[in-house]
Amino acid sequence: MSEQYPALLVVVPLLSAFFISIAGWINKRWCFPIAVAALSVSVWSSFGLLFRVLNEGVIVYKLGGWSPPMGIAYYIDYLNGLVLPVVSTVALLNLISSKRIVDQQFPDKTGPFYTLYVLMVTGLLGIVVTGDAFNLYVLLEIAALTGYGLLAMGEERAPLATLNYLYMGTIGACFYLLGVGYLYIVTGSLNMVDIARLLPPIYQSKAVLAAFIICMVGVWLKMAFFPLHAWLPNAYTYANSAASSLIAPLVTKVMVYVMIRLILTIFTPKFAFTTLAVSNAVVWLAVIAIVMGAVLALAERNLKKMLTYIVVAEVGYMVGGAWLGNRDGMTGAILHIVNDALMTLCVFMVVGNIVYKVKGYAFEDLKGLFRKMPFTMGALVIGAMSIIGVPPTCGFFSKWYLIVGAISAGHYGFMTALIFSSLVNVVLFFRVFEICYFEPFADHHGHNNHSEGMDEAPVTMVFPLLIVAAVLILVGLYTGDIVNHVIRFAIPEAMA
Amino acid sequence: MTDLISTVVAKYNYWIYITLMMIGLYAMIVKNNLVKKIVGMNIFQTAIILFYVSIGVKKGGTIPIIEHGHGQENHVVHAVDYINPLPHVLMLTAIVVGVATLGVALALAIKIYNNYNTLEEDEILAQVRGK
Repeated sequence: MSEQYPALLVVVPLLSAFFISIAGWINKRWCFPIAVAALSVSVWSSFGLLFRVLNEGVIVYKLGGWSPPMGIAYYIDYLNGLVLPVVSTVALLNLISSKRIVDQQFPDKTGPFYTLYVLMVTGLLGIVVTGDAFNLYVLLEIAALTGYGLLAMGEERAPLATLNYLYMGTIGACFYLLGVGYLYIVTGSLNMVDIARLLPPIYQSKAVLAAFIICMVGVWLKMAFFPLHAWLPNAYTYANSAASSLIAPLVTKVMVYVMIRLILTIFTPKFAFTTLAVSNAVVWLAVIAIVMGAVLALAERNLKKMLTYIVVAEVGYMVGGAWLGNRDGMTGAILHIVNDALMTLCVFMVVGNIVYKVKGYAFEDLKGLFRKMPFTMGALVIGAMSIIGVPPTCGFFSKWYLIVGAISAGHYGFMTALIFSSLVNVVLFFRVFEICYFEPFADHHGHNNHSEGMDEAPVTMVFPLLIVAAVLILVGLYTGDIVNHVIRFAIPEAMA
Repeated sequence: MTDLISTVVAKYNYWIYITLMMIGLYAMIVKNNLVKKIVGMNIFQTAIILFYVSIGVKKGGTIPIIEHGHGQENHVVHAVDYINPLPHVLMLTAIVVGVATLGVALALAIKIYNNYNTLEEDEILAQVRGK
């Protein structure tokens, strides 16, 4: 059984997506339980894989018994062994809380929604688990196409924003495909480990250089790295809250994982940081990303859009940390994939709960919410503390590693940007808390409603949210273990 | 000069794919009509498909079906005689992806048309700002 975890992880949600779409025609009430069951299997297998990796080291799973480089192999090492449980857990927790949102907002589209949801998770898990560069492209497109479908189910402006995302996403994926094409020309292989083995003698080749740059630009487009971020805020803001709280935490983070995989496994750090002397320029781009994300977030009077700009800034953290080119920076970037997925999930689920009850997410809709929805707001406080970087929440520790990495690389611009962004986050969130705490509740239509009663979101939405908030603190407390037992082995020895 | 021409002619497949890709990118950036942008996107994807297909070519190579394959397992396969089928197979998948993307994009365009009664981007943005 445990030998088949890598396949189960992807195949079970893939097949159940078809069953869900059939169930949608027969009896809509079956869709949700099937989706929960499928993602539970994924969560179980991904944790099983993590523990197997911790005990046995790298796992190679040959799909259909075809050995690489002919067949497609799944490689699970310490890096994706850590990312897999995060992706599957985030997806499952958000799925549970999405049920009420789906029932409220589009009860007639239950079947299609859960089909797309589960397919999207299949794509994301596949991207993380695969060891084949072309297979990664296919799964990237599976995740992206289902993501467009999910994001377009939203407000009136959602289809237009999603279409803009679709253009950018397609260009990004095509660039990645083109880069893989160049790698295939020079190595004749699509298997990541095989490519890594064949590349070192031809590091000076222009084709390898072109492949690396084209792949990187493609991945940056997909993760909304600063100059290429324009599609993200609108696409995430106007989508329905169940979809945006799946996509905002996972898609950008999985793409950061792909970038780190390209740097660490396919091209090796020596090529990325030494042969190609652009790392300083990329870190400066990340600095601009962080500062601009923070400034643009300050300009918003709308909670959800403010959070999307914070996502843009957080992408800058991870790209900058990875490109610092030292061990601490890379540790911080990998740790931040985990932490940022969890804290983005936390704050976007809070938005989901608020939209469920108040039907709005502009700042004036938030008045008096601390009295009305104390548990949701409590979770927002913990999520915000983590984004700001207050110990013992997990956001503090990854930021700590990033700052240590910046200092040891001598990149004080990046360090300043991190601290600046933390300070701006303090302003952003305390402005929200002030409105939620001190201003009296006014309902959506403008009459002042002075009833002080509690009107919390349903238990199935609050409970997963509280779990996420608790996990934020738990991950913070166990950061030392995560770094010493997992991330330390994910980074090659060669990186000082 | 002759040097330049000979490099261009020798690698004409790359020049064709780059040109097509830039035409697609141009349409996506400059065109005002959403469907024209989607067509540009499709040209962009097709350029990469052509690039992949062209790299499988070998001079004098034939289709990759082994001659005298049946009953003669000891026959030596001359890989040089056959074009490389792998990039073609990969592109089957990429074509499917391209069709799916096109379908999703057109579905979104229909939704946008139902919302705003136009597919011209400037008119849509004027309506969005007007609200």
